[in-house]
Amino acid sequence: MGKFKNHILVCLGTGCRASQSEEIIRNFKTALEENDLENDVQIVGTGCFGFCEKGPVIKMVPDNTFYVLVNPEDANEIVLEHIVKGRKVERLLYVDPETKKHVSDSKHMGFYKKQIRIALRNCGFINPENIDEYIARDGYAALGSVISEMTPQEAINVVKDSELRGRGGGGFPTGLKWELTKKSNSDQKYVVCNADEGDPGAFMDRSILEGDPHSVLEAMAICGYCIGANVGVIYIRAEYPLAIQRLKIAIQQARDYGLLGNEILGSKFNFDIEIRYGAGAFVCGEETALIHSMEGLRGEPTVKPPFPAVSGYKGKPTNVNNVETFANIPPIFLKGSSWFKTIGNEKSKGTKVFALAGKVNNVGLIEVPMGTTLREVIFDIGGGIKDGKKFKAVQTGGPSGGCLTEKHLDTPIDYDNLIASGSMMGSGGMVVLDEDDCMVDVARFYLDFTVEESCGKCAPCRIGNKRMNEMLEKITMGKGEEDDIIRLKNLANVIKDTSLCGLGQTSPNPVLSTMDNFMHEYVAHVHDKKCPAKQCKALMQYSIDPNKCVGCTLCSRVCPVDAISGERKEPHKINAALCIKCGACMEKCKFGAISLS
Amino acid sequence: MAKVKTLADLRKMSEDLKTKIQLREKGDNPESMIQLKVSMATCGIASGAKEVMDFFIEELDKQNIDAVVTQTGCMGYCFAEPTIEITLPGQDPIVYGFVNELKAKEIIEKYVKNGEMVEGIIPTNYQTPDNQ
Ligand SMILES: Cc1cc2nc3c(=O)[nH]c(=O)nc-3n(C[C@H](O)[C@H](O)[C@H](O)COP(=O)(O)O)c2cc1C
Ligand code: SF4
Ligand code: SF4
Repeated sequence: MGKFKNHILVCLGTGCRASQSEEIIRNFKTALEENDLENDVQIVGTGCFGFCEKGPVIKMVPDNTFYVLVNPEDANEIVLEHIVKGRKVERLLYVDPETKKHVSDSKHMGFYKKQIRIALRNCGFINPENIDEYIARDGYAALGSVISEMTPQEAINVVKDSELRGRGGGGFPTGLKWELTKKSNSDQKYVVCNADEGDPGAFMDRSILEGDPHSVLEAMAICGYCIGANVGVIYIRAEYPLAIQRLKIAIQQARDYGLLGNEILGSKFNFDIEIRYGAGAFVCGEETALIHSMEGLRGEPTVKPPFPAVSGYKGKPTNVNNVETFANIPPIFLKGSSWFKTIGNEKSKGTKVFALAGKVNNVGLIEVPMGTTLREVIFDIGGGIKDGKKFKAVQTGGPSGGCLTEKHLDTPIDYDNLIASGSMMGSGGMVVLDEDDCMVDVARFYLDFTVEESCGKCAPCRIGNKRMNEMLEKITMGKGEEDDIIRLKNLANVIKDTSLCGLGQTSPNPVLSTMDNFMHEYVAHVHDKKCPAKQCKALMQYSIDPNKCVGCTLCSRVCPVDAISGERKEPHKINAALCIKCGACMEKCKFGAISLS
Repeated sequence: MAKVKTLADLRKMSEDLKTKIQLREKGDNPESMIQLKVSMATCGIASGAKEVMDFFIEELDKQNIDAVVTQTGCMGYCFAEPTIEITLPGQDPIVYGFVNELKAKEIIEKYVKNGEMVEGIIPTNYQTPDNQ
């Protein structure tokens, strides 16, 4: 079957394309024709290989040889040597920086693979609606060995030793949390899975639940065994119908196999899981608010302590973990905590899933080892900035986080470095901004969200954020006064210090971090009444270029407020004081004489 | 459905299922069985993955091509939904992005029947705990 014996895959990602991959393809075509091979070897352009710094890259199929830094002139040699004579072109192979050896088979080029999928290991691989496929991938084997071969404390020690930290934002050590909940004495305890995922633009948890629901169920059962709970509850937003449906199927299948329910795998351990729906309020992702919402009360946070580990759902000790945190648990048991610790960096072990969004070419879901740099994420995996624009910043941590800029591009991403850089890990939203984004407007966007989502329980957050939002609005409208910047900063710090819960405590972050990094944009808006990124419409002026205007009068006839004056066949003028910036004139002008600046 | 009673049972079951799935992947005649996975998470479905999956099933059936078409979760290539992963017998899996009916037809006509790759390949550049 198949008439082509060989394929040459040429990367057509933005990076490689810029470095001549199209010319390489042309040269390959010629070389193949010259050797009468055009019917045996096919050249195919592909998406980005994620190895842009070594581009252009090509891959030979079926033997998976990977050539890097290929020049158009190399095409002929590759055809003659590799295809005709079956010899690898040594000088174009990748040289492993550590071993200094040539590496040829792309399957052994793990180091070039920037992504390691642990939490996403089964996503896009198994059929999530079939428990058999999960079991065939060693599913429930971790639960089985934990309950048959370990005491709860031994199992907790494995999690502690792995140094896994919570992926829901705070980064609290998971093993320690389990131990605290275990130590709380009570007749009844609960395991709660936080699947509220309220960050705008984040969909990591949804993808895990949709792609691999059993891994979360298995981990919750392991947690139940460790802390001494026999009930698990998944709190999921009702806006996730597909995830809910797949969870329901998964729970039923696990029950049918006796992997949930009484006396699991012949042990004395009982555990079952139910689902609770959230109405999609951001604050309900905060664990105390989430617990209140589960109890049928208003989704408002309460002061900690008491921590849920001591008094949570129905006043009983409750262990709350995030979806992705749970998804990491089975592999830690299957492969061992020391394996897990080999991935990541000093203080943050394992991987993190990010939802890469915004002005980046390969928008999508990625999972990278902790300590990967922003540059690798955006340029190698993300394929660079859309339309060849200039990178400006990345917003991480959603409305609670901050922005990272050019100077942070080579900072390893982990919990502590992000906080030191004025942002935070958050749940893993990563929005890439380019030169066209106005940072004042970005801060305003996130505050719009916070104002909408504040539960209103405490004054700093309820009133303070509203006032901040108004000030930002004023600044983007070109009505900012000199003092506004200082006032904004002071207010932000007060809100940070005095709010009751994490929502209010972090809501000023987008403002503070854009101020830290882009103060000149604030100053430009307030002082010069200009928006450097040309986003804030109110600060833009329509004007007519007298050299291009022929005086056709079209614009003055469409202007709804008669802001344009001028004699026929004479250059026209816009009265800025009258103009309402509707843009009608610019659209009508046939001579491109009207512009916005 | 029979309950799994012990850890040993579970382990045995896992082995059996591994073999069974391998068998299903290769079929009775491993020479010709084709495996196709369609990424069916919210993002994929919103961009038409369901229709594409139906189309593949129908078209492969109509043409009497031996194939297993299954759904799976998000592959992570949201910029290129709908995405599919296709494995021809004895070959490495290939991921294709932006698969609509037209592309699906092209994939069947060119790649499945002729081994000729078509534009739109997304190189997979990640490792999992198993292949590390
Ligand atoms: C305003 C706010 C929203 C939150 N939203 C979420 C969320 O959507 N998902 C989540 O897992 N954790 C969220 N958290 C963090 C939780 O309070 C809690 O720390 C987390 O679920 C603990 O799990 P982990 O230790 O596994 O990270 C939020 C916190 C705050 C303050
Ligand atoms: S900080 Fe905001 S969200 Fe949190 S309790 Fe106060 S008002 Fe509610
Ligand atoms: S932008 Fe609108 S209001 Fe302003 S001059 Fe043009 S047509 Fe008139």
